[in-house]
Amino acid sequence: MQRRHVVQYGAAGAGALALMLGVGWWRVDGPGAPKPAGQRPLPLSAMDFRLTDHEGNEVGPETLIGRPTMVFFGFTYCPDVCPTTLSDISGWLEDLGDEAARMNVVFITVDPERDTVEAMAEYVGYFHPAIRGWTGPANQVARAAEGFRASYERVPTEGGDYTMNHTASVFLFDAKGELVTMIDYHEPREFAVPKIRRALTEVVEGAT
Amino acid sequence: MKKLPYINGLTLVLLLSGMSIPAFAGSEDVVVENAWSRASIGVNRPGAAYLTVRNTGNEAVTLTGLTTPLAVMPQIHETKTNADGVSSMAPVGEMTIDAGESVALEPGGLHAMLMKLQNPMIEGETFPLTLTFSDGGEVTVEVPILGIAARGPEG
Repeated sequence: MQRRHVVQYGAAGAGALALMLGVGWWRVDGPGAPKPAGQRPLPLSAMDFRLTDHEGNEVGPETLIGRPTMVFFGFTYCPDVCPTTLSDISGWLEDLGDEAARMNVVFITVDPERDTVEAMAEYVGYFHPAIRGWTGPANQVARAAEGFRASYERVPTEGGDYTMNHTASVFLFDAKGELVTMIDYHEPREFAVPKIRRALTEVVEGAT
Repeated sequence: MKKLPYINGLTLVLLLSGMSIPAFAGSEDVVVENAWSRASIGVNRPGAAYLTVRNTGNEAVTLTGLTTPLAVMPQIHETKTNADGVSSMAPVGEMTIDAGESVALEPGGLHAMLMKLQNPMIEGETFPLTLTFSDGGEVTVEVPILGIAARGPEG
């Protein structure tokens, strides 16, 4: 009687534990996992898009693998966020000095209709020389944004023009193409530069 | 005939003291500082200017709009970034600045959006920007044009 109870309790306990683990798995990693609104970007190796850089070279996510990477989405008709971010990035790169030469820094337009290769070339020319400008067909820009889990939207403005709402975070990847972290819009230099250093260090660790 | 000079005198006194002060209550105490802007590429893209509006007076002032010969549609806009990191811009409309307070238009928040540029914004030049207030007062500031990659009033 006693023993049977122990066995029964034991079985019930194991069952409960298995159930809890099962429920935990289902909710965290399984099909029940929440779909977060701000999802993490895919690794660069899992992305697939074809764009053209501001010098006319064909580029894609594989172009970035092998070196740490910083990516930002924007458009050249953007009066505030984009020049602010590109000048912030330029400042961070100046702080990094020679280390900046070991990184890919890419500005991808969300407005390919106005941002031709020539427009991108002229625009990035005003910022740090490490910054590359990527543009391409609208469907390829959409695929790139999807990979980075970035969003953008065309918004008409008074007077018949339009502007673009877009993800303004800066994405940081290590040399293997794994996301390291993101830098928020206009994040102070004292937070941004150490994050970039982390992306740079993960290369060193990966290489050993 | 005898009364006329007296009335004229009174009118003059009202105009000089009593009348002129209520007409511009507040805005004559507004100081605009740290004005700067970024050079533009041509005239197709909107420009942006930044400045600080300081109300040194004892009454709140309301900034109602901007005018400049440089742009057909200058407006104060605010950049907002949501929890997903998506930035958007919207016109701010009127902006009240309490006595002793100041409002900074600077990268990351408010800016004077200069839509429909009449001329390219050339680094090293300046342009006049007039702020109009609800009391009818105006404050005009010469805004220096810095490089496209400028980060603040010092370049």
